[in-house]
Amino acid sequence: MTFELILFYAFGAILLGAALAMISVRNPVHAALFLVVCFVAAAAIWLLAEAEFLGIVLVLVYVGAVMVLFLFVVMMLDINLAKLREGFTEYLPVGVVVAAAMATVLVLVITRYITMEVPERAGPEYANTEALGAILYTEYVYPFEIAAVILLVAIIAAISLTMRKRPDNKSIDPGQQMAVSREGRVRMVSMPSEKKRAPRRSAQGSGSGASDDDASK
Amino acid sequence: MNFEIPNFLPAVPEMFVLGMACLILVIDAFLPDSRRDITYGLVQATLVAAAGLTLWMMGPETVLTFSDTFVKDPMADILKVAVYVTSFLVFLYARPYLMERGIHKGEFYILGLFAVLGMMIMISGHNLLTLYLGLELLSLSSYALVAFWRDSTRATEAAMKYFVLGALASGLLLYGMSMIYGMTGSLDIAVIAAELTAADESLNIPLVFGLVFLVVAIAFKLGAVPFHMWVPDVYDGAPTAVTLFIATAPKIAAFAFLMRLLVEGMGPMHADWQGMLIILAVLSLAVGNVIAIAQTSIKRMLAYSTIAHVGFVFMGILAGTDSGYASAMFYVIVYAITAAGGFGMIVFLSRKGYEADQIDDFKGLAQRNPWFAFIMLLLLFSMAGVPPTVGFYAKLAVIQAAVGADLVWLGVVAVIFSVIGAFYYLRVVKMMFFDAPKDENAEPVQPSGALATALSINGLAVLALGIFPGLLLSITHYAIIG
Repeated sequence: MTFELILFYAFGAILLGAALAMISVRNPVHAALFLVVCFVAAAAIWLLAEAEFLGIVLVLVYVGAVMVLFLFVVMMLDINLAKLREGFTEYLPVGVVVAAAMATVLVLVITRYITMEVPERAGPEYANTEALGAILYTEYVYPFEIAAVILLVAIIAAISLTMRKRPDNKSIDPGQQMAVSREGRVRMVSMPSEKKRAPRRSAQGSGSGASDDDASK
Repeated sequence: MNFEIPNFLPAVPEMFVLGMACLILVIDAFLPDSRRDITYGLVQATLVAAAGLTLWMMGPETVLTFSDTFVKDPMADILKVAVYVTSFLVFLYARPYLMERGIHKGEFYILGLFAVLGMMIMISGHNLLTLYLGLELLSLSSYALVAFWRDSTRATEAAMKYFVLGALASGLLLYGMSMIYGMTGSLDIAVIAAELTAADESLNIPLVFGLVFLVVAIAFKLGAVPFHMWVPDVYDGAPTAVTLFIATAPKIAAFAFLMRLLVEGMGPMHADWQGMLIILAVLSLAVGNVIAIAQTSIKRMLAYSTIAHVGFVFMGILAGTDSGYASAMFYVIVYAITAAGGFGMIVFLSRKGYEADQIDDFKGLAQRNPWFAFIMLLLLFSMAGVPPTVGFYAKLAVIQAAVGADLVWLGVVAVIFSVIGAFYYLRVVKMMFFDAPKDENAEPVQPSGALATALSINGLAVLALGIFPGLLLSITHYAIIG
């Protein structure tokens, strides 16, 4: 058994264990954290397969961005777990049957039908990122462009569904904020000075600078 | 690495529509709300110009480009033109509806144009990746369109259902595609077909496994029974202008998707998917036609009628012959035109604060406006398959194809359910002509503007195509057989 194989099994075990834990723990925050463990283990397996770009992207995008957002949502929403679990046992038999069928076919496919040879190791000069880039902008340029259009549509949809002018909205117009002048905000009041208990010089009514605020109160 | 710059020419309509969509998006951002007609005009002009481009470039040969991920053949050209025509009608019908409700926003047309682009990509997809991405582009635009009227809670609910079930269907589709990719080692439709022909018997189980997922996902997207539950809710909940859109042109694209994926890609496995499509077709015909009888909302009724029509489209495809495919294509184009008219009529009768979406609202329409009652009669007759409207020839061609493939019993089943289905179409006709209006002093419907003209043309086209079905039949025949 080579060292790589040991690493593969180790990360495989972590991946499966974390996946199981993710769907079985009660606390949704813990579940999200276990999913992070899953992603990291999967990224490690990708690295073993010499797909370092995909591994890094998995960590950066999924662990770094998606899961953090997910954790925010889970923590901000008050999820009623008891309600979510309602009917769980009711659907369990169907779910078990479907899962068993899927698992059987998957095992069949992997063990009996797909006979893949161990891919040859690429040399040290091979760069996965470069290879991906070369194929993405040549052979797959058309799907790549369509994916870009899909993202554009997602932006349009998100903006058109969330941006609206509401009369009860208390947000401030930055333009208005910038246009504020001193005269509009500060009112000079002339008043006689008051006697202080402490032997300190009192602010002058017509003074300038920091004493303005005191005077106008 | 040797890479040749791909031939961009076959994809010029796609590039034109994309470029115009981006341009209109920018123009629309600078328009005040009162000038949205400019956006509308530009979008319609884009559709007309794209139709001109596609017709101009039409040719009998099959051209592959972009590393074989894009295909241009007669079927693609004709289906694209059908998509432009239906979308043009839909935008035309939708405009007054949106204006009256104060939701006449540029996003409706822009998202609609992006959806049209998604349909074009689906129609010209020659790779599992492009097919899937085209479908996602269409779906994403449709979800946003359904949710687009934000003050309507029913529309929001419909959008949520549509989104969740659509995402599930996409997941199933990708799962099936990954299985097929795993077994054949390619995403290219032609390579998959060649690999499947060469594959030996022992590979059958995993391939059928992947096939099941593909068929289920397509059935979800098309709304075939038993994956139809979202259709009535979404059609009913969405604003009528949006229902009009998602019920018409996307069905044409879904037909192309089915042709590319099942017929061209999985063609060698015809015996396997034929059985699956038979089950879906029979169930769709039965459930669609029977449950439609119990509906009181005309939008829900037309939604169930759509489900039944999907059953007919499946019947044509499962026959597995060229004439079967041509008849299914004929059927889907006819359906799109008729459904555009049917939903357009609901839009036409609606006024601000009043949706004519109950069947009762059509009572006594003949007294209020005999001409549009007649147009609606033509559209309903076409949906029911009454000669001399074009719906009759569509049903006839599909049933002929099924009988031609030695599935006589399926033809009989289709005829029986068509007869059952005719009941609820004719009931609306009876209400329009023989019942008194629901509201005693209902005003006569005042036809006005482009909507009335287009609706009249749409209704008469259904009749004209029915009297002279040869033209459209020969076009679809040419598209499939060449």
